[in-house]
Amino acid sequence: MDNSLRGAAAIVGIGELKPERTRPGRDAMSLLAEAAYLAIQDAGLTKADIDGMIVDPELAVGSGGGYAPRMAEYMGIYPIWATGCDAQGAAGVAMALQAAAYVNAGLARYVLCGMGAAVDPAVRRRPAAGGRTETATTEFQVPFGPTVGANGWYAMIAKRYEALYGATVEKRAKVSVDFRYNANHNPMAIFHDVPITMDDVVNSRIVADPLHLLECVMPCAGGCAFVVTSAEIAQSLPHEPAYILGGGLGILRGNLTHVGEITVSPVGRGARKAFSMAGYGPSDVQVMEIYDSFTITVMCELEESGFCRKGEAADWIQGHDLTFKGDKPMNTHGGQLSYGQASTAGGCAQVTEAVRQIRRDGGEHQVPGPTDLIYVTGSGGAFSQQSAMLLGSKATL
Amino acid sequence: MTTDAEYKKPLPTPSAVSQPFWDAAREHRLLYQRCRLCGTRVFYPRDICPGPQCFGVGTLEWVESTGNGWVYSYTVSYQPAHPGFADDVPYVLAIVELDEGWRMNTNIVNSEHDSIEVGARVEVVWDDVTPEFTLPKFQLKG
Repeated sequence: MDNSLRGAAAIVGIGELKPERTRPGRDAMSLLAEAAYLAIQDAGLTKADIDGMIVDPELAVGSGGGYAPRMAEYMGIYPIWATGCDAQGAAGVAMALQAAAYVNAGLARYVLCGMGAAVDPAVRRRPAAGGRTETATTEFQVPFGPTVGANGWYAMIAKRYEALYGATVEKRAKVSVDFRYNANHNPMAIFHDVPITMDDVVNSRIVADPLHLLECVMPCAGGCAFVVTSAEIAQSLPHEPAYILGGGLGILRGNLTHVGEITVSPVGRGARKAFSMAGYGPSDVQVMEIYDSFTITVMCELEESGFCRKGEAADWIQGHDLTFKGDKPMNTHGGQLSYGQASTAGGCAQVTEAVRQIRRDGGEHQVPGPTDLIYVTGSGGAFSQQSAMLLGSKATL
Repeated sequence: MTTDAEYKKPLPTPSAVSQPFWDAAREHRLLYQRCRLCGTRVFYPRDICPGPQCFGVGTLEWVESTGNGWVYSYTVSYQPAHPGFADDVPYVLAIVELDEGWRMNTNIVNSEHDSIEVGARVEVVWDDVTPEFTLPKFQLKG
């Protein structure tokens, strides 16, 4: 049954740390813990209430298995379930859906979800060595030149998109500019104090042709967490619940190179699941928080989500105002491009921003129009996996 | 040709499954795999078939490619992610689709960057980087 999770669970507590270039002396567990403490308190709960926990496998890097129980012990939390969600940048949305399923199935009552990222510029991650499961990467990609983060992969997506549909940086730039306007009204955003223009984007240096610097996210340190509980319990907690109305994921590939048309982003299946579960369509959406690792990411997600047709995202974007005051408010906190991307916590911050908008708690960057129905996406790998979710106020139930 | 120890870039890490690819590359032959049950063309090397209807185990056979294909997409990279590539910047990372219908990551070399475009015809050229490893790279045709 497609509507089984509709309105069954809600996000009732949120916590996040302001993204910074680096957080000297802090590691990912510490940053996740701080965000988690904020989320639990925001929900009006205690540590003892948390009986489910979903955290990011990035914590496991270099430390083997068992990272979720160790994360729990580190915080002094002893849940029934502590597990991971291997959805990379899609994890914010994916964890919320996973948590809703746990709550709806009676496996847990209060599920804490979150991730943390510590970026130390002195410790750049090196390409992993060996390992059969890494064959596609280490053996058949890295010898030809690793890419900086995902820049090279998304550059190849953007290059092919240009060849097929003709949208160049002059058209993509508006994505960065509108999101930056939102960040300029959000004190939590890393680029709060730095306005940019279309010319700034077009004239910023090329990182990986055709992508310019101001079309790419900047790695940050930070943390983000939220608490999910049942709709019934949610009503008795301090904040207005953000109800999970529907959602899904889609896996298209593990590596960009070998499978399918690379300008097709994987969010389509998740989007269709989200809309059919929720009983709403793209035209009902009032606010969007669209995962924005790069300008091109946003364009392909808008197309695959059904907001416009394939190849028409650039024109769609030119025709709308994406600022929080605009006709299509999008990435109201500044997006990861301007709020900052603390690894997978970047996608999580788009979930918590949606919750904030539903609560009408956005302060200076609160959307003036209705914020009852918000569409949120996540994206992992290079168009490997993407997630979509509809969050709603009580009015949407 | 430099020795493995002198070569400053990452080298492949062959497995038992992929070793034939690198052995053939040393002889300047480009191999891919094809399933003898369902005909699916496979790259990167595996020992099971990922074909949509196929559960083949040990059914992939090595086939020699013509080495001819086209640029599926590419980027001119201005930022080396590995110190070994610092002197190569800007260099071209590409996804090439071979005429047999399979894709690989590679570099486009010996070609004016401004002449490269999605859809351009390319042919394999061999870069003997160490005595043990030869990398298949591509150049614009004609």
